[in-house]
Amino acid sequence: MSDKIKIRATLEGEVTTVKSQIIHPMDTGLFKDSKGVPIPAWFIQEVKVEHNGTPILEAVWGIAISKNPYTAFTFTGGKKGDAIKLSWVDNKGGTDSIETTIG
Amino acid sequence: MDTQRRRFLKSGLVTGLLGLAASVGLLIPRLVWAAWPSSAFQSKTLFGALEPLFGSGSVNLTPADEDITLTVTDLAENGAVVPVTVSSRLPNVESITLLVDKNPNSLVAQFKLAKNTQAYIKTNIKMAETSRVYAVVKSGDKLYSTNKKVKVTLGGCGN
Repeated sequence: MSDKIKIRATLEGEVTTVKSQIIHPMDTGLFKDSKGVPIPAWFIQEVKVEHNGTPILEAVWGIAISKNPYTAFTFTGGKKGDAIKLSWVDNKGGTDSIETTIG
Repeated sequence: MDTQRRRFLKSGLVTGLLGLAASVGLLIPRLVWAAWPSSAFQSKTLFGALEPLFGSGSVNLTPADEDITLTVTDLAENGAVVPVTVSSRLPNVESITLLVDKNPNSLVAQFKLAKNTQAYIKTNIKMAETSRVYAVVKSGDKLYSTNKKVKVTLGGCGN
């Protein structure tokens, strides 16, 4: 399980709120370091969230999503104990994922 | 190339297998899902980003300031982290797309929603300079949008 993604899925009434924070530099490729050397772009390109294995959110991101990206969204039809999985892929082919349950 | 190998390669079997493998994603690098829309993300203009995203030659945006709520500060002290919330009461929202007109590349992100996912997204974006943040919502077959001007004190994209 990843230690670089925090995720919480909370059910209130009919609505499950999913909040996540992913640790990732989201480097734009537009900055230079202190020596003037360009820092290459390194950013999450795709994020997928699944509820009991079914995709409920699929996102494509660019360099303008902030560092250590935070995202929140909501959906209906979830029940306590259901599985929520978030996974991402970045422009270098890096990847990570985390699973939690609706609480 | 020896004759036997050439005959094998020319046979329909290999082409067929390759085709099948490609179609079930075996030849596609692991964990790359739908293609990342690079031309959309490289565009310096709003419509240059929206056209490849929504797959047609021309994109019509219906203004929907009443039906899309775009919450973002009037003044961003730090352009590197600008919280944005978009919600919409439009029906059957398939996607919410965020753009910033004066960013080096206008397209920030697109969120595609399942039928049971509500039209609500909260995230943090970077803004290079004072500009307009656009939220484009796809509801049914139409694209609706609203936007808000945000003043940026310290730009967040590069130096």
